[in-house]
Amino acid sequence: MKGKAHCYLRDHINTDEIIPARYLTMDQEKDLAPHAMEDIDKTFVKKVSEGDFIVAGKDFGCGSSREHAVWALRGAGVKAVIASSFARIFYRNCINNGFLAIECSDASQKIQTGDILTIDLKKGIIYNETKNETYIFTPIPDFAQEIINKGGLMKTITEKVTS
Amino acid sequence: MRSTITEKILAAHSDREHVTPGELINAKIDVIMCHDVTTTPAIDLLKEHGNLPVAYPDRVVIMPDHFVPNKDIKSAEMVAKIRRWAREEKIENFYEVGRHGVCHALLPEQGYVRPGTTIICGDSHTSTHGALGAFATGIGSTDLAAALATGELWFKVPESILFKIHGTLQKGVYAKDVILEIIRKIGVDGALYKTMEFTGEVIENFSIESRMTLCNMTIEAGAKSGIINPDQKTIDYVRARTSQPFEIVTSDPDAEYSQIIDIDISMLKPMVALPHLPSNGKAVSDVGDISIDQAWLGSCTNGRLEDLRIAAEEINGKKVAKNVRMIVVPATSEIWKQANREGLLDIFAEAGATISSPTCGACLGGHMGILAAGERCISSTNRNFVGRMGSPDSEVYLASPATVAASAIAGKIVNPNAYNQDKS
Ligand code: SF4
Repeated sequence: MKGKAHCYLRDHINTDEIIPARYLTMDQEKDLAPHAMEDIDKTFVKKVSEGDFIVAGKDFGCGSSREHAVWALRGAGVKAVIASSFARIFYRNCINNGFLAIECSDASQKIQTGDILTIDLKKGIIYNETKNETYIFTPIPDFAQEIINKGGLMKTITEKVTS
Repeated sequence: MRSTITEKILAAHSDREHVTPGELINAKIDVIMCHDVTTTPAIDLLKEHGNLPVAYPDRVVIMPDHFVPNKDIKSAEMVAKIRRWAREEKIENFYEVGRHGVCHALLPEQGYVRPGTTIICGDSHTSTHGALGAFATGIGSTDLAAALATGELWFKVPESILFKIHGTLQKGVYAKDVILEIIRKIGVDGALYKTMEFTGEVIENFSIESRMTLCNMTIEAGAKSGIINPDQKTIDYVRARTSQPFEIVTSDPDAEYSQIIDIDISMLKPMVALPHLPSNGKAVSDVGDISIDQAWLGSCTNGRLEDLRIAAEEINGKKVAKNVRMIVVPATSEIWKQANREGLLDIFAEAGATISSPTCGACLGGHMGILAAGERCISSTNRNFVGRMGSPDSEVYLASPATVAASAIAGKIVNPNAYNQDKS
């Protein structure tokens, strides 16, 4: 997994900022994507390319439980969010969608916007190709990895319900 | 093995003798609440995954609230879709406009919240229901879909922080001030992933409504849930609303907490949280002259009868300042009717405020009082994030209903009269 970093290093970036409530009458990724991160950075969607990463500080995704935040980011092409820590519901929503939320304060202190990163999930390492640095992240818990591998919570429970 | 109330409820719902913090469990869900914004994606997910039916329709309660009465075509379509699905799935508990209300105010009012039960909703302020001794937590739409299809959901058992609240509240100081003070102290991620359990004589003396205000805002400290051990007040409140059985579960006196925080609130003054974080709390008396354009009274935090009574008493025949718009939004239809019977709505209207139908409305920047760039609002809601009530260039100040009402009259942020009188 390789992409460019977009840093928003403030702590407590909330889901109202990631996808403002004025767009919550929509719930499709393609409709939400043009407004991803709009109240933090109006130019975000112009700058982001498929496969890029967001790098942030503590408590990313706090506030409202709207899963629209995950869909907006994924729709905009974001492959993973790397943050020092995540708010609980946002973290759950990422796992349930098979979307990557990587906890790594080292990375969030050193990465700069534009750095090219490669993430090795198995080894739990982020390579910063631009700076020639590596950062070790907290491995994604097994149960979460299982849900992610299966393609999200719905796939997991569908197996259960229909078996 | 000694346990907290939260651990006991989770153990009972996952057929375990006991559970410990950090453990992953599947817990049976007693009540699944659905509102307008997060339910439609869950319906789509169920349809996409082989048309999964709702496992237990009688455990589902639907209450469109965010954008009702529908503010535009898109929100109308959203609720229409939920209505169709509810009919297909034979979900009887549907609260239509006129009998509706903000979900976290309506659910306990209508008797769905019972001590010892598990409650989820695709909404972060689900923590409110811990006020009645239930385990209640907010989740996303995929979780909602999974719970609808299976009747259960995965959880990591949270650690609990015990807040012992002592002292006597001064006049004009309320539960809202207490929770703003707690969030100021521990920060917006001070209880991340944890449960905030409240105890102490202040909590015992609180009404059920005040306890709800307290638990409602635990999510603003990052908590998974807030909870208060049920007592006679809880039992009376619940008994008056439902004949469904429930079991009283309480924390063992020697249960383990990740932290115990003692707070004496005797010196606490009326608080206001400045933009753009709920943890930016300051005493109103320390913020200087801050003029306001709008005063908003409502929401799942402070739109209940107790709140309207306090605000009406504060207004007491006075007029809303010339340059201020005051908007009053009773949280449920029952609250609206009772406020009307008690003459509270007259007091607001005579003061020059406007009264809306129950809705989340402007609390999340939906409708009914959206702010323009540069405008400032004092609000009894729970979030003052950038753009929360409208333009990203507007400002929201969080305070108690008394402070909101007093500020509406003064045209700037001021202490409630009840507090000032007590001091003079
Ligand atoms: S009143 Fe505000 S905080 Fe409460 S559920 Fe509605 S939008 Fe959310």
